Amino acid sequence: MSIGTVKLKIDGVEVTVPEGTMILKAAKDNGIIIPTLCSLEGLTAYGGCRICLVEISGSPKLFPACITSVSTGMAVTTNSEKLKEYRKMAVQMLLAERTHICSVCVADEHCELQDMANQLGVDHVMFERNWSRDEIDSTHDFLVIDRNRCILCTRCIRVCDQIEGVHTLDLKLRGKDSQVIMDLDEHWANSCSCTSCRKCAKVCPVGAIYIEGEPIGHTKRKDIAEFILTRRNRK
Amino acid sequence: MSEIDNRRLLLEKVLKEHNFQESALLEILHRAQEIYGYLDKDLLMDISGSLNIPPSHVYGVATFYSYFKLKKPGEHIVTGCLGTACYVKGVEQIMQAIEAEFDLKRGGSTPDGKLSLLVTRCIGACAMAPSIVVDDEVIGKATKGVVIAKIKSVLGGVKAET
Repeated sequence: MSIGTVKLKIDGVEVTVPEGTMILKAAKDNGIIIPTLCSLEGLTAYGGCRICLVEISGSPKLFPACITSVSTGMAVTTNSEKLKEYRKMAVQMLLAERTHICSVCVADEHCELQDMANQLGVDHVMFERNWSRDEIDSTHDFLVIDRNRCILCTRCIRVCDQIEGVHTLDLKLRGKDSQVIMDLDEHWANSCSCTSCRKCAKVCPVGAIYIEGEPIGHTKRKDIAEFILTRRNRK
Repeated sequence: MSEIDNRRLLLEKVLKEHNFQESALLEILHRAQEIYGYLDKDLLMDISGSLNIPPSHVYGVATFYSYFKLKKPGEHIVTGCLGTACYVKGVEQIMQAIEAEFDLKRGGSTPDGKLSLLVTRCIGACAMAPSIVVDDEVIGKATKGVVIAKIKSVLGGVKAET
């Protein structure tokens, strides 16, 4: 065993990964896919969606796999009835938080939230829905943000900050009032820092940020952050 | 005009004290609010530029904490406690009554700038629920009538003085 590696068990399979690796990455590198909505390769972890929760033996708590690093002798369970229930509940809460109507959404059939709900067998929402009615901002030449569909995964904010490097987007307020904003909560067209790079639309897991008149399947590009980073590091 | 310049000089001093460090954002926002009374967008933009922090981040921090005021507060401030105990005891009805009586919304001020209605989560006076704070005075076991009468007397008092 070389220095700086850690041995652990994920779903009963013994794996060896570099020290400091997050469970999500360790599992992925060994062919075990843990579902997630906010994590995206090439961006820093956020730990906000709570879909990637895993069980670690010896603790009654659940841990978000994207921000929990591996340690020696850890035994991780990524799929159990309990986890499935929790994930289902997390998806239901996301659905109840704002206004998600797939049949009228631009991202229908290209939506990670919809896929996740299908995959987990979410056939109803057990919470009362909020039915938010926030204004849609279509002031930008081609980028549109419909905050009613936003799940606050902050992928757009992270890609804007870490890849494009302008940090036009951020979150305002907190809790149920939390919203993605441009600069000082301006309309998109008035944003002084936005470079119109479209990366936010590419990484949005739902139909919250999209490009007007462009097929959503064409816009979405989950690997954009990693794609750019790899090429940057090659120099 | 000179007062405005003085305020900017005071802010400049604060910025220098903190060596224009990004990590001092919260402290600088605190001091800026002390100097200006509230944080308007021009001020946030100024701070953002001085510290080299994206404006959206400064705005995000300023709105995250309820302590920071982004609008000019009214001369008199009424704060309703929407903590669990007060809520259960019916503070919501009192808030609605205040909104209807003085024609303002929570988080906002009356058009004449005399009165602001704010909301807070638990002021630690649960035993006296529902609680409403009028300026610096806590009204415990509040009722619509008592609160509205109190606000009216506070508002009226100023008019008498000026």
